[in-house]
Amino acid sequence: MSTNTFEAPISTTAERQAIIADHGAAPGEDWVIVTRNLVRDYDMGGEVVHALRGVDLAIRRNEYVAIMGPSGSGKSTFMNLIGCLDTPTAGEYWLNGELVSTKKDDELARVRNREIGFVFQTFNLLARATALHNVELPLVYAGVSAAERRRRATEALERVQLGERLEHKPNELSGGQRQRVAIARALINNPAILLADEPTGNLDSSTSEEIMRVFEELASQGQTVIMVTHEPDIAAHARRVVVLRDGRISTDDQRDKFAAAHLSV
Amino acid sequence: MPLYEAARLAFAQIRVQKLKSFFTLIGVTIGVMFLIAVVSIVNGMGRYVEQDVAAKVLGVNTFTVRRFPNMNVGDVTSATWHEWLRRPRLTKEDADAIRDALPPGARWAIDVDDYVDAQSRYATAPQVQAHAATPGLFAIKDLVIDHGRAFTQAEEQLGSPVVVIGSEVADDYFPNLDPLGRTLRFAGLPYRVIGVLAKQGSVFGVSLDRQVVAPFTSPMQRLTSPRGYIHGIVVQAPTPAALDNAMEVVTEVMRKRHELRPSEPNDFALESSASALTQWDTIKRYLVLAGMVLPAIGLVVGAIVIMNIMLVAVAERTREIGIRKSLGARRRDIMAQFLVESATLSILGAAVGIGLGWGLARLIATVSPLPASVALWSVGLSVALGAGVGIAAGIYPASRAARLDPITALRAE
Repeated sequence: MSTNTFEAPISTTAERQAIIADHGAAPGEDWVIVTRNLVRDYDMGGEVVHALRGVDLAIRRNEYVAIMGPSGSGKSTFMNLIGCLDTPTAGEYWLNGELVSTKKDDELARVRNREIGFVFQTFNLLARATALHNVELPLVYAGVSAAERRRRATEALERVQLGERLEHKPNELSGGQRQRVAIARALINNPAILLADEPTGNLDSSTSEEIMRVFEELASQGQTVIMVTHEPDIAAHARRVVVLRDGRISTDDQRDKFAAAHLSV
Repeated sequence: MPLYEAARLAFAQIRVQKLKSFFTLIGVTIGVMFLIAVVSIVNGMGRYVEQDVAAKVLGVNTFTVRRFPNMNVGDVTSATWHEWLRRPRLTKEDADAIRDALPPGARWAIDVDDYVDAQSRYATAPQVQAHAATPGLFAIKDLVIDHGRAFTQAEEQLGSPVVVIGSEVADDYFPNLDPLGRTLRFAGLPYRVIGVLAKQGSVFGVSLDRQVVAPFTSPMQRLTSPRGYIHGIVVQAPTPAALDNAMEVVTEVMRKRHELRPSEPNDFALESSASALTQWDTIKRYLVLAGMVLPAIGLVVGAIVIMNIMLVAVAERTREIGIRKSLGARRRDIMAQFLVESATLSILGAAVGIGLGWGLARLIATVSPLPASVALWSVGLSVALGAGVGIAAGIYPASRAARLDPITALRAE
């Protein structure tokens, strides 16, 4: 694994606590994600399930954060909220200076389009569309002209070394190549955050390393990356690791501390 | 999402699933095909009636005074029928009075016709339509003498047994012979053929060349009207504008002769090509209504099929919808995508139907005497119906797709 010369600044605990305590106030533009007492309850046939019991999290621009937790910890729920695919029962969620926790369906669609780049475990590419068209999709919903879309999508694919595979369909690409198409698609709109959900879950270990190198590089270029994973050695690639347990944050540490505690190398 | 983007997507979808799309289209295609064909045929019939029937059978700018209408659409009630039978019959004196009252330039003729048996030395063919008529009939009905001559004034006054025959009558009774001067017998009485009419063709499969014309005063009158009454007095005005005036004049004459009070309705009928065309309009309305049943069924079936296919498409592509939503598609983007897809399918079906309907109309025009011709408005209507059916059938599936929760949709297999 390559080591980076550029380390993105990691927010300190004191800074985070100050931002989180300031309820109702918009965080400074340095803070890309701030959640305050984020709660999500599900009504499962009359029985209320508390998936998130009040999550306080502040992430500064350019941070590379892994979110971990065992199944049932609320990790997926939290990732859906962060990704604006779901709305919280209570609490605040500020994304890139905007309060998104009170937004409605179509407004959330716009936020997803502009501010969030998703990378999924199962790639989630359109099977019948070419790599190029897949990467163009967010631009279609952003109302970008066809010529401009093509230009930008081609560039994005070239950046992930897929310049030769523009017209290939997903089933003509390897797993690693598919995930790189997904990464190109996620970044096409210059989102505030790259949100990856188990990005290596369907990949063998060498391909996983390859994808992690891409993330590393993006982070070193200043892209905010948030990665949800249950694998400690994948999480260890991030600079900061947040662990969820029973719907709350249990630990929020820098990589070194996390690695010392969780990785027995 | 721009419309053309959605349309492009729809075409891509159709290309991927050709067979399924074909079955989806078939209902709309058949519906539109019959719509185009029916309208073409009715349209063709309309032209036929207006140009051929009205002009050939009735004559241009012509009306006929009758005891009661010859052409009727729909049921005539028995009360009406009884009223008609109580009406006074037309006589030679009526015809004379009308002749005297007509404005200058107008033509007139007495026409007493019926189907009668005829024999010649060479053949006994089916019945012919025999007219005992005054000479004016030739000009009014545009009966052109091909060879020979029409009857003379003397023959008319004397009631000579001479006859002008249609081209088909000539062929049937005098095969490979020149009929002029030969004898044709009606009810045993010999008539000398003095002229043969030019070929006129047929109307609704009834040949106009199976008629014979003898002088009104000849014994033919006894055959076509045994009691001596007159069937019709034909009047031709010199111009279309003069037609109404001529009809008024004749109405006045007839009312006076029948001593009708102003409050009493006419006890005679004036049939003009205009009134025949009115009748035709009624027929046309029924034809179009009846003809619309098949297309309507086709379109309804088409709509149901499209709705089903679109529901299947939404179910199959739930994950795709989830992906699109996660990338920023709004409800209306998803809605538009599926609506445009179903409208595109349906319009494509309509387009194929227009082509097939046009072909069907051409086929009918070739094998039947109807000059079927495609009406432009029916093509426009078909495209509009195609779009309408597609959108109507797509609304429910599209709104289901648009309302999908992105998280659930992303998790779908």
